[in-house]
Amino acid sequence: MPGTIDEIPITPINTTNSTAVKTGGWRAFRPICDTDKCIKCWSCWKFCPDVSIAIGEDGPIYDYDHCKGCGICANVCPVKCIEMIPENK
Amino acid sequence: MVKELLTGNKATAYGAMLARAQVIPAYPITPQTTIVERIADLISEGRMETKFVKVESEHSAMAAAVAASNTGARAFTATSSHGLALMHEVLIWAAGARTPVVVVNVNRALGPPWSVWADHQDAMAQRDTGILQFWCENNQEILDTVIMAHKVAEDPDIMLPALINQDAFFLSHTSEPVDVPDQKMVDDFLPPFNPKEKLDVDDPKGFGSLVMPPQYMEFRANMARSMDRARDLIRKVDKEWEGLTGRSYGGMMDMYRCEDAESILFGAGTMMSTAKDVVDDMRNEGRKVGIARLRIFRPFPVDEIRYLADSVKAIGVMDRTYTFGQGGPLYNEVNAQLYNHTNQPFTKNYVIGVGGRDVVPRHIRSLFDDLEKVRENGYGEEGEIHWWGLLDGKTPREEM
Repeated sequence: MPGTIDEIPITPINTTNSTAVKTGGWRAFRPICDTDKCIKCWSCWKFCPDVSIAIGEDGPIYDYDHCKGCGICANVCPVKCIEMIPENK
Repeated sequence: MVKELLTGNKATAYGAMLARAQVIPAYPITPQTTIVERIADLISEGRMETKFVKVESEHSAMAAAVAASNTGARAFTATSSHGLALMHEVLIWAAGARTPVVVVNVNRALGPPWSVWADHQDAMAQRDTGILQFWCENNQEILDTVIMAHKVAEDPDIMLPALINQDAFFLSHTSEPVDVPDQKMVDDFLPPFNPKEKLDVDDPKGFGSLVMPPQYMEFRANMARSMDRARDLIRKVDKEWEGLTGRSYGGMMDMYRCEDAESILFGAGTMMSTAKDVVDDMRNEGRKVGIARLRIFRPFPVDEIRYLADSVKAIGVMDRTYTFGQGGPLYNEVNAQLYNHTNQPFTKNYVIGVGGRDVVPRHIRSLFDDLEKVRENGYGEEGEIHWWGLLDGKTPREEM
């Protein structure tokens, strides 16, 4: 990164896509979906604040490199098929 | 050019219309509300092509304005008092993100005691955010300043947000004849905002990201340089505006009959208009008095204060608020510029008009009398800071 006051931009501008920054290590609880119970309403996909859920054939596919375990998906699930499992288990 | 009878708040809305503000997120607060209402009217009448964003707080209003500015849109908002206080965090963000949002603030006291009247604490408390600060004394100046502030703030060498101050009710709700400039003239004067870097979904970038200690200080020094450069640009833009409209606001400071003056009063806002009127009378009586009105608070008019210090004998500083702990904010700033200057006139602080208390001609006359008396006899028991006109239980209220 350039150093002197004349070389820097006026504010820091980042061109690295944030998917390259893996933040899943912050997670204390891991969401696990019981796909047999899943009704594929995609409420979890819609409510995930970190875009860490993809739509899969049998249910949500989690991006555990970025999911921080907030539990919103489990909370909004109408059939309660998502369980939050402690990471140390 | 059309002459219309406008309140300060309508003049603000017209300024935003003429400046072609593209995004206006705003939240209503007394006495700013009619700005938002008038802007909504202008949009519904089809006179403004602006995205108006209804938000749930002033913090959100400013956050939305910063985001809009990041996309390359000209962003404007207005607030007052507690609303400006709530914006504080995002004003700092706007400055660091170098998003030149223009904010009109209707100067109002903060509570408690609850008050909706004129007071300068709201703006002075934003001193260190990195926002440019313009101060107005009439409705024409408000309209003109909205247009000029965009030009200064959006200059590639500046790229800082701007705050424009106008006194609650004395301006916000009082009608005055205002020249409304032609749109064509304003368009020629103020080109569209076109920042070098902007948010673009086809070319994604992150703004305001983390930097490490070896870099942070350079970004802050860069901001400081831009703030310093704004002084010359403000003078230049004021001259350009004068060439187009015949109206100048003095560049960095509005000096009124200061040439050959021995005593001057320095202060901000509408009370300085009253003071100018009193100075005319006193000049007719042979008194060598003048008025220096704060036009720009950030960056501070250092050269102008020192220029005055070279000729005047006494500067009375009127503060419509107080820095709890020591002195009014303007008094402290003036004294700071004088300490390392060769000529140091006598200074005294008058805390006056706080919370909308009237400042009338006899007050201005008493301040000049006091300033001259104290300059000769010393501060005395009172000290250098005087809360002017406090009820003492002996003097009838109307004489305070």
